[in-house]
Amino acid sequence: MTRLLMTLAVAALIALPAYAGEFYINLASQILIAAVVAMSLNLLVGYGGLTSLGHAAFVGFSAYVYAWLTTKLGIGNGVASVSALAATTALACAFGLVALRATGLSFLMITLAFSQILWGLAYRWVSVTNGDNGLSGITRLAPFGTSLDSAAGFYWATLGVSFIAFLAIAAFANSPFGATLRGVRDEPRRMAALGHNVHLIRWITFVYSGFWAAVAGLLYVNYNKYIHPSALSIANSAEALLGVIAGGSGTLGGPIAGAALITILKNYASAYIERWNMLLGFVFLAIVLIVPEGIVPGLQRLVARRGDRKK
Amino acid sequence: MQFWIIQILNSLAFGGILFLLASGFSLIFGLQRIANLTHGSFFMLGSYIGASLLREHTPGVDLWLAALMAGLLVALLGGLLERLVLRRLPGNPLGQVLVTLGVAFIISDACLVIWGGDPIPVPTPRAVARPVIVGHFAFPTYRLVVVGIAIAVAISLHLLLERTRLGAMIRAGVDDMQIARAVGIRVSVLFTCVFCLGAGIAGAAGVLGGPIFSAYPGLDADMLPLALIVVILGGVGSLAGAFIGSFIIGAIYTFGSTLFPDVAYFILFLPMIVVIAYRPEGLFGRSRA
Repeated sequence: MTRLLMTLAVAALIALPAYAGEFYINLASQILIAAVVAMSLNLLVGYGGLTSLGHAAFVGFSAYVYAWLTTKLGIGNGVASVSALAATTALACAFGLVALRATGLSFLMITLAFSQILWGLAYRWVSVTNGDNGLSGITRLAPFGTSLDSAAGFYWATLGVSFIAFLAIAAFANSPFGATLRGVRDEPRRMAALGHNVHLIRWITFVYSGFWAAVAGLLYVNYNKYIHPSALSIANSAEALLGVIAGGSGTLGGPIAGAALITILKNYASAYIERWNMLLGFVFLAIVLIVPEGIVPGLQRLVARRGDRKK
Repeated sequence: MQFWIIQILNSLAFGGILFLLASGFSLIFGLQRIANLTHGSFFMLGSYIGASLLREHTPGVDLWLAALMAGLLVALLGGLLERLVLRRLPGNPLGQVLVTLGVAFIISDACLVIWGGDPIPVPTPRAVARPVIVGHFAFPTYRLVVVGIAIAVAISLHLLLERTRLGAMIRAGVDDMQIARAVGIRVSVLFTCVFCLGAGIAGAAGVLGGPIFSAYPGLDADMLPLALIVVILGGVGSLAGAFIGSFIIGAIYTFGSTLFPDVAYFILFLPMIVVIAYRPEGLFGRSRA
């Protein structure tokens, strides 16, 4: 039953450009990109118990590397993509070593400070980043000579990449390693006493999460063909985190639902009001105060309660 | 020589402002385990309130009175936030952080609506606008005054914590909240007091920082990470740590942006990495087992 539903859902997603207009195709691409960001962050927040408020740093860094290499150095798009992934993963390796000295709120503050510094650097290191003007004139990747300039073409490519990301992240979370990661989240001392290297387990997760954030960053910069320091801003990190928590952290589907909700809300809200940040703030308050466990587990709980009543 | 004097004074004044901001953050974190991400917004709100008060040319309102009034208003707002929102999330540090972040977004957008997107300058009080001339060198007086105020606040806070009954109760709450409750200390009232105090100092600091930074949208996002770095560097919950950390960061930031303007922001990160690598609890922090 679940498998049938999954197949139907995937088929509906693949066929989307056949029945939806360009606006909706682009919206769907944005949702997919936000979903990859949220899924990668969920590895840390949901499975690792490490709440990061600096995830946009990896997304933005990867996007900036790609943009800088292609526009300022004239390097080919393919090589630039691989370099962006490698550079961001290396950044995650180095940064994980520092940030994971702490856990809990200190970890959150360190990741926040780190991402704010990259954000400040993007604004002020004008010779590399063009500062507040951002980098424009970026061209999309053309894998195997196929142009992705049409909305549908880019959507399919993004769908493929997101699907791979979903499978890879699901495989990671459901593997024996994922089980030890959850163990470390719940009982770090016992896991250490059992001989697990708690620090190493967290670090590997951090790097893996950073890698998928870099993939999302490539999608992001290819979609927008433009990058601005705001991509690294705390608002973006917070949106990603809100997506994870709204949907339900520590579940595979939750972050996707959360990211979709936030992206749709943002698109529709900004058509009517200018005050997206204020709305985001209120959504934050509402989610934390009303459905703190997230929408997907919240619904599961409600459904389970109804099931109990029927018996 | 004149260049270095100005830079040193600038960095001290900047450090002083940072201390006013970070000490409140550190106190709140130390007692309540709340990483209050609205702290930058309190600072910005104070700046804007101060700028408005001084702009209206209300008779009798000078910078010091404006700082006091802004501090009280922001303290009131902080108290409301603590009582009405944070109080609903006991024992949920993650939820509390997210709520303070949400409120920070709301405040920053509200400031944009009320005061617009252009920076509003805050005039330097006339009495201290002229530099002090010693020998051949000029010392900007306002910077000196700010450093003096920061030191005075540091000493008052220290005395408050170490020498008064309220301070003893706060220390008891930090060390062992349950026992503090058991011996009859009303920890919940204490929480509100400390939150108001921290918010109020941040608001007043916003006004005092006004002549240096002026009030502009994004001031919150600029100041909050600096306060975080100071607290991480100095050790969470430690007044001495916040004091030393503020002046270290103030110096690095000021000299960094004069000497290496492109990467000043990045240099800030270096002392933090060194400290986290060798002393994760911060320079003056106590390790929490």
